[in-house]
Amino acid sequence: MSTIFDYEFMRNAFYACTVVGIVAGAVGYFLVLRGQTFAGHALAHVGFPGATGAGLIGVSPFFGLTVFTVVAGIGIGLLGERAHRDVAIGIVLTLSLGLGLLFLHFYTAFASQATNVLFGNVLGISLRTVIVLAVLAVAILVALVLIARPLLFASLQPELAEARGVPLNLVSTLFMILVAVATAEAVQIVGVLLVFALMVAPAATALRLTRRVLAGIAVSIALAVVIAWVSLSLAFLTDWPTSFWITALGAAAYLISGMAQRSMANDNR
Amino acid sequence: MSAVAFERVTLTYGGRRVLSDVSFSIPQGAFVGLLGANGAGKTTMLRAILGLIKPAGGAISVLGKPPTRGNPSIGYMPQARRTLTHMGISGLDFVLTAAGGHRWGWPVASAAEKEAAWKALEEVGATDLARRPLAELSGGERQRILIAQSLIGDPQLLLLDEPLISLDAAHQRTIIDLVHEVGKRLGIAVLFCSHEINPLLRAVDSVLYLGNGSAAIGSVDEVISGPVLSKLYGTQINVVRVAGRIFVMADDVELESGAHVHDL
Repeated sequence: MSTIFDYEFMRNAFYACTVVGIVAGAVGYFLVLRGQTFAGHALAHVGFPGATGAGLIGVSPFFGLTVFTVVAGIGIGLLGERAHRDVAIGIVLTLSLGLGLLFLHFYTAFASQATNVLFGNVLGISLRTVIVLAVLAVAILVALVLIARPLLFASLQPELAEARGVPLNLVSTLFMILVAVATAEAVQIVGVLLVFALMVAPAATALRLTRRVLAGIAVSIALAVVIAWVSLSLAFLTDWPTSFWITALGAAAYLISGMAQRSMANDNR
Repeated sequence: MSAVAFERVTLTYGGRRVLSDVSFSIPQGAFVGLLGANGAGKTTMLRAILGLIKPAGGAISVLGKPPTRGNPSIGYMPQARRTLTHMGISGLDFVLTAAGGHRWGWPVASAAEKEAAWKALEEVGATDLARRPLAELSGGERQRILIAQSLIGDPQLLLLDEPLISLDAAHQRTIIDLVHEVGKRLGIAVLFCSHEINPLLRAVDSVLYLGNGSAAIGSVDEVISGPVLSKLYGTQINVVRVAGRIFVMADDVELESGAHVHDL
């Protein structure tokens, strides 16, 4: 009997989902806590011309994507509160997609891959890419462990944290760089347009279900990984796209957690 | 040694001169109400004491030293924020973030930090609230948690920015009595920022009133008077006392209770 793990592309997909799920769950928790989810969404869009433009000059799309998201992440970090203007963000988003389209126009050979960049193609990930994802993931997690304490303080009580000596701009810029690299990783699984599904849905669900910070981070990571695994299995069984299943399961988890939260609140009354 | 002393201090905010040439001193252990209209410079003054902004002129002394950012002897409670994303987090974890939150690393609280958090929660009688998420607490209970957070690290001076905001009269009284009692028990000075004098009347030793770039300090009767406030507001002010309450009026418009919008 053949199993799902007999196929190399399936094994690679599971490795990639595990690595990216851990990163997206951990980084996503702080992203939701800080109310910066839209910034994560924007970073992914900015990555699109990075990926298509990279094809134009002959470097790897993943490299181009990461460079663009990191530069945008530093920009958002340095702008701070001023970056939270929905009109400006919206214009940057559409400009990014437009630029990406322009690059595709000049490099038509890449056009077939455009769907992969936009919606992800986890089944096409090579072992080499998995290794790159894993190395970057370790770097992100190490950096997150180093900044998590002041990041948490600055997220919950920015004025107090500033008064106690936390360098707010430095912490938020470092964090946005981590978000940028994590976003580039998540794009490999779910694509530019659906990054929310992996970065935000599990984390927002975890924040609804937990009261303690560390428990929340653990639940967020577990949810992201489990959602990705189950989605891969369902994609294997149904032949429907993995990205669809990730968005569906993420939305379901968020919805159910809302109902659970409401019934918990009623029990306490 | 005074808790806070301003010596001919000038403060600016966004290029605008907020305080000019202001001098006063607050003795250790005093409970002082910091009053003034919106934009009068209350928050700017607190930020200067915290060492977050440098005075454009003059000298500030905090517990005998110049202000330094991250001064552990100051407890600070910023104005309440509107964001609700973190409301599922328990009061204990919220208070704990302030214990050593400025250090790099993973946020696992040490035994000493947990002890400090519980001690602060005990100081304000909030130990039974600590395990519940902030979302389930009433406004008054949430303020209690925030005051506990400001007490982390055994401060010698407490700066509270608008703790009465969006509380009803009964909860306002509870919070004022609590802060007053904690301040006296610990023997520390409290600078309590408010836009209304009436709730504070029962507790304050003195008031520091800001307006028109200058400041007046003294007892309630000395400061809340027609001539003093007329100077601070730069217009004719009448002070009316009725049944233990004070009404500050300019041309028949009551000034203080109308001021419910907060930007600074």
